[in-house]
Amino acid sequence: MLNDRHTRIVVCCGSGGVGKTTTAAALALRAAELGRRVVVLTIDPARRLAQSLGLTELDNVPRAVRNLPPGTTGSLDAMMLDMKRTFDEVVLSHSTPEAAEQILANPFYQAVSSSFAGTQEYMAMEKLRATAGHRRPARHLGSHRRRHAPSRSALDFLDAPKRLGSFLDGRFIRLIAAPAKLGGRAGLKIVNFGIGLVTKTLTTVLGGEMLRDVQTFVNALDTMFGGFRERADLTYALLKEGGTAFLVVAAPERDALREASYFVARLAKDGMPLAGVVVNRMQPNAARGLTAARALDAADALTEQGRTASAAALLVHADVAELAVRHRALVRRFTAGHPGIPVVEVAALAQDVHDVAGLREIGAQLAG
Amino acid sequence: MPFAADSLLADGFPGVRLHVVTGKGGTGKTTVAAALAVALAGQGKRVLLAEVEDRQGISQTFDVPPLPTTEVRVVGAPHGGEVIGLAVDPKAALLEYLQLFYKLGRAGGVLERFGAIDFATTIAPGVRDVLLIGRVYEASRRRLDKKHHRGSAPEDLAYDAIVLDAPPTGRISRFLSVGSEVAGLARVGPIRHQGDSVNELLRSGATRVHVVTLLEEMPVQETVDAIGDLSAIGMPVGAVIINQARGADTEAVAQLDPDELARDLRSVGLDPSPATVAGLLEQVRRHGERVTLEQKQLAVLEDLGRPLVTVPFVVEGIDLDAVTEIAGLLAEQGMVP
Repeated sequence: MLNDRHTRIVVCCGSGGVGKTTTAAALALRAAELGRRVVVLTIDPARRLAQSLGLTELDNVPRAVRNLPPGTTGSLDAMMLDMKRTFDEVVLSHSTPEAAEQILANPFYQAVSSSFAGTQEYMAMEKLRATAGHRRPARHLGSHRRRHAPSRSALDFLDAPKRLGSFLDGRFIRLIAAPAKLGGRAGLKIVNFGIGLVTKTLTTVLGGEMLRDVQTFVNALDTMFGGFRERADLTYALLKEGGTAFLVVAAPERDALREASYFVARLAKDGMPLAGVVVNRMQPNAARGLTAARALDAADALTEQGRTASAAALLVHADVAELAVRHRALVRRFTAGHPGIPVVEVAALAQDVHDVAGLREIGAQLAG
Repeated sequence: MPFAADSLLADGFPGVRLHVVTGKGGTGKTTVAAALAVALAGQGKRVLLAEVEDRQGISQTFDVPPLPTTEVRVVGAPHGGEVIGLAVDPKAALLEYLQLFYKLGRAGGVLERFGAIDFATTIAPGVRDVLLIGRVYEASRRRLDKKHHRGSAPEDLAYDAIVLDAPPTGRISRFLSVGSEVAGLARVGPIRHQGDSVNELLRSGATRVHVVTLLEEMPVQETVDAIGDLSAIGMPVGAVIINQARGADTEAVAQLDPDELARDLRSVGLDPSPATVAGLLEQVRRHGERVTLEQKQLAVLEDLGRPLVTVPFVVEGIDLDAVTEIAGLLAEQGMVP
């Protein structure tokens, strides 16, 4: 995958805590070593990612990673999505300074731009498209982490553009933005009744002032963007192109693998190109010849003889062996349930990943 | 284990009715929340276990059918205790809310058709979270006779305790401060009122936020950050729960000699092949590294000065038996009165 020069975007997705950011960084580093020019983009404030790449901070602009292994022919940049700033930039680049100022000062805009569920994903896609567009020979590793989203919609970044787009182009927003206009056009009595009821209820529940803020915001966005949906479609199309590969990241746990199954199904449904599934943190077993049960029996016997050190070693092994067997079984079941989808296992490291060396080790395992 | 020094034991949190459980993704906060609910039910309490992330974590943990948007009994306990599960759904919460306060029979349907419900539950900032917490708030003050009154006597309330399986550490402060955020946007009206009421409950002595972590660098860092953020917004922090802790007898294996190990293996009838001996030693070394790392992280957590509670790693995976066992450990370590 990394050697294929046609692959320009790799999106890592998966549920929380399975190691998406580390996987993305390890892949990015490996790609850079293979001579490609790479930028790794994360949504989370991945302080440790910055640290392991020898950067003091990550922000909205790509920063070059300097401490690459000797012999690296490509390059590696890293950046973190600052949602509010990206949103502000989009506003600034699409409107007059006066209009921009008005939008940026709107309380509803301020809330939406920093906390709207889906804005982050939408802006990540904006950023992804912008970055992928600018640097033609580069490839792009987006590490998409769900943050707002309930995990059933952890693929929010697929839904968000459409949702935001269809919302802003939809009839409800027209209704809020210009109740009079729509009311005049609507012929049916029932619709009139409905509109009156809707605005009345909204005013009651939200308060008139908030509704006015919403109206100002929506009108401003509307004149500014023209068609959110069009942009959303462009982003969506970019993902479907041949140059994109999705990687579903998981851990050998029931819940994480269940999520992974959902991701796989969802990507297939949307016709998104799935490159494979990465299962991180597999328990390695360095003494496979010895089962957990036999190790436990032997540990008991040795404890009786007062051989505590050897007994302790066997107890450690019993846990390791049992966990390794369980991990294997979970992955085997997952693989059987998803024939034809490559599954790559990455062994758990004893230490947390701290530096480029640690990322390289993961990268080597990913490459098989 | 337990690792915690005596000064860091939990005191049972007397007077607390709402336990909010957060933690970094993958730390097992749903398991811990479920176990805490079972521990409270074990004292004969009626406990509501609520989840807000649309994951059906409760149904999976207790191996029961997916929860509807209403409250259902999940598991019983001795002395009349029981755990009631609730998967809070913002849409259902909004419609219920409108029904409860405005008697909007058919208006609900109209709102739905016009996308107004979608607007409120997914797009309008903060409203979704207010609805999620608002639903929990409503349950917290509902009486057995289904009415809501300020200052109802504890024995009249529908629930003795509520455990909230909350969003992860990355967004817990925002989630819990949503009352204030919405109050800033909506200056009047019911949403404002709801926001204020929620705020009052969350910052009262009846609430504690517990943070679940692993003894790994990133979850510990997020725990430290989250506790800082929560304290800054005046949220009462409860215990730090160390999940998946590995007990370790590192001293015993520190001096392990390959020849001695081989001899010992042979003496109990195992084949001491060089590969097995080397493998065992390698595992012991890795285990030692992991334990050293865990001790370092433990020291960081101890410096927080919060009660520490330890839950061991369950090699077999989490099922109802494991949850019950963890509930016992939580009770032993002062998570319940």
